[in-house]
Parts: sequence; C-alpha cells; structure tokens
Amino acid sequence: MSKVRVLVGTRKGAFILTSDGTRRDWEVSGPFFAGWEIYHVKGSPVDANRLWVSQSTGWHGQVIERSDDGGATWTPVGNKFVYDGAPGTHQWYDGTPHPWEFKRVWHLEPSLTDADTVYAGVEDAALFKSTDAGATWEELSGLRGHGAGRDTFAPHWQPGAGGMCLHTIILDPRDAGRIYIAISAAGAFRTDDGGANWKPINKGLVSGFMPNPTAEVGHCVHHVAMHKSRPEVLFMQKHWDIMRTDDAGESWQEVSGNLPTDFGFVIDVHAHEPETLYVVPIKSDSEHFPPEGKLRVYRSKTGGNEWEPLTKGLPQKDCYVNVLRDAMAVDQLEECGVYFGTTGGQVYASADAGENWTPIVRDLPAVLSVEVQTI
Amino acid sequence: MTGKDAPVNEQGVSGPVIRVVLPYHLRMLARVDGEVSLEVEAPVTVRRVLDALEARYPMLRGTIREYGTEQRRAFLRFFACEEDWSLEPMDAGLPAAVAKGKEPLLIIGAIAGG
Repeated sequence: MSKVRVLVGTRKGAFILTSDGTRRDWEVSGPFFAGWEIYHVKGSPVDANRLWVSQSTGWHGQVIERSDDGGATWTPVGNKFVYDGAPGTHQWYDGTPHPWEFKRVWHLEPSLTDADTVYAGVEDAALFKSTDAGATWEELSGLRGHGAGRDTFAPHWQPGAGGMCLHTIILDPRDAGRIYIAISAAGAFRTDDGGANWKPINKGLVSGFMPNPTAEVGHCVHHVAMHKSRPEVLFMQKHWDIMRTDDAGESWQEVSGNLPTDFGFVIDVHAHEPETLYVVPIKSDSEHFPPEGKLRVYRSKTGGNEWEPLTKGLPQKDCYVNVLRDAMAVDQLEECGVYFGTTGGQVYASADAGENWTPIVRDLPAVLSVEVQTI
Repeated sequence: MTGKDAPVNEQGVSGPVIRVVLPYHLRMLARVDGEVSLEVEAPVTVRRVLDALEARYPMLRGTIREYGTEQRRAFLRFFACEEDWSLEPMDAGLPAAVAKGKEPLLIIGAIAGG
C-alpha cells in the first residue's frame, strides 16, 4: 500500500507527518530545525528520499538543507544567493527606488527529471537554480533583466504586503524549457527557454488598487496551480479574483463565480480531475480570516465559476485563522487526498477529495507551507 | 607566544586556541554543543576568528557576516571580556584574554523577535 508523507513548514520548525494509504493514523515527527522559520519543505519527484528545506531567521539569514533519506538526517548545503550583477533597485511601497536586497527563500521547486537540480524563488524577487544538489546557486537573471526600458521592467516592480517575493514556481512536465513563476506584487511570468528570456503573462487580470487596473505588471498574484496533464491550463488565486488561463497565460478569465469572497491565498487542483479546484476564501482587505468565522474549503468541479463549500470536520464557528499561499497540497492516491495548514497550527487532511476533514495535528506553530509526497 | 598558548594548527602555523560561544541557532546548524575551539594565527582579530570558524564549519558562512560585504549581520553582536566588540573594526586585536583562550569570544543574537 502506498504511503503519504506530508511536509510541513512552520514559523518555528519543520514537521513530517506520515501515514499509510488509508490516511487514518498519522505519525508526527519533528520539530526539525526548531526555532527556525521554515518557509518551505519539498521532496524531489525523481527521488522521494531527497528533500529540500528553506530555513531562515532574522538573526542569521538564509540556510538551505537537504535530506537524502526522507528527512531522517539533514545536511546544510550552499546558501550563497547573490544576484547576478548590480542588483539595482525596485519601487518601494511609496514608489521611491529601494535597493534590491536578498532576504529569504520562499519556495523550493525540485526538477522533474534531475534529483540534483532545484529552483529557488526568493525575496527580493528573483529565481535561482542549483544543478549540483544545492552546493551553489545561480540567478536566472533574465527574469529581472527582461523588458529593459519598458514599464514591465524589474525596477518598476513593487512589493506586496508580505514583501516582494517570488513564491510560485511551476515546471511544465511536457516542455523542459517552460517555467511559470509568480511574484507579489508584480504578477505572473513565463519562460519558454529554460529561464534565459521571460515575458509577463497577466493579460486579463484586473487589480483595482493599481493606477492602471489592467497594467501588464503590478498584480498581486497569491498562488498559481496546474494539473500535470494540462500544463497550458493554469488556475490563479489573485489578491482578489480566481483566474483561469487555457493558453499558458496569454489571456486570463475570472472564474470566481459564487464564492463568498474571491480573496484568499491557496489554490490547488485535484490529482486526477483537472477541472476540480480547491480554494479557501478569506476575508479581506485586512482581516485575513475566514468569513463569519467558518473555515470552509470551496471546491469547483467545473474549472471554476461554480463552487461548493466543504465543511465536514472543519470548525464552523469562532475560527479566525489564515491559510497561507503555499499551505495546501494534494496527494496522488486513487481517492485524492487534500491537505492544508493554518496559521493556528492545524494541518487538516481529507482522504476523500474534500468531503470530510480531520486534523492530523492541532497545535503546531503557525503553518507556512504544506507539501505532500505519495510514496 | 610559547607553551600551551602556541599550538601548531593544521597548516603548521603556530597560534593560540581561541574559544567561541555560538548562539543557539548556529550551534544547531553546526551540530556542536557548547563552545567551539579554533586555532587562529596571531594577531587574533574578529575577522581571523570568523575566517577560522567558517573554514571549520562551512555551513556557518553567511549566517554571521554577510556574503560580499563581510559585514556583521545586523541582529548579531560580538562580546569579549564583557565588552561590546560589535562596532569595533574587524581587524582590531581582541583582548589578550581572548587571544590566549582564557575568555571566549561571544557571538550573541540580539534580543529580538519571538
């Protein structure tokens, strides 16, 4: 029987939750790296025993560690993230130039084909790549260098409330040269040549807080998800609006439909049903907790627009947690499992595609990220 | 420098043994308990201690001083013999008690965060 390993990053360490295919009984191990902020933990699709973790503190900056035995032991690897050339400036919140400064790694995306290759999305926004199992990192600087002289150029980018982070990296399983990334609050970008050249892919996004709501960059994209069988179809949770593209980002359409609020952070796709989506609506602009104190996952089986609340096992009163952008994942078992973590320290699991939910753990530090391995 | 104050290090350089106390997170990262002992060529300065520390424990690179500028990270302090050395030049000679290994160089995280 298959095994499920849930990798959880929290404000104060990492945890690994394991179960067999029934997903009824869970073993909780950790905290690993106690006291460090763990923005992301992710396993290689090539070698399930190879895990990557991004850990940081305000005192000591960024560290990356790697496990080659499924998280039993860890080894620090390279942490030298140096921008290619003069880093330059981006716009600060008030529009003034601000020096581009490395702060942390938000997201680690292991290669689909090579266990020694991994991508890192960082704050201030840039994409780095290691091809030597994390020993050294090189910026794919074409992202920040594209569009020189135009208003899509990196010096015009501005941070979102959480900082100017590159938080989403999606590798196309059919085309090794195609990578999608997303930055708060610059928007989504795509390369078709492995990272040398990039283009913004934000046509159709509308952001009312911007001077030009349909500008080519400046949108606060919270997360993007893809089903591996249809890499040209993407789903996006924007600051407001659920969006969909069917042409690799060339154009987007809103599919928020009947959601109680179209603000939120997470979005994910069912493992076997590419038109089945999951989001967790969150009240905003500043509250960032579930509407009416009811924690509800919303599911669409129609690729958006028509959404149903999933509430069985989730608190339906007095719940005021948030679910952050990298804190939802699905497993690959025949009956798709869905998982998400909250800022209240709960990790909820559904072994039946969202119909019923159970907390695996209730009292972890605030959860920053959740990833799942089906082994 | 003579006797026990002047061991020979791996490079054959005569120098004293320096004691360094790391903050909690860095002890965890370097997989060490308690103090770290390092052989450092005289004159003993903060820069030379950090060079020796990072050579012994490469995983500490970038966690005490910044890559590129080699400046002390903002939320860290250096103390020696109950004196704050955080703002002293990195090439200033440390007190004799630290240079002789009688007192440790303390690397301390600022009281910040939660």
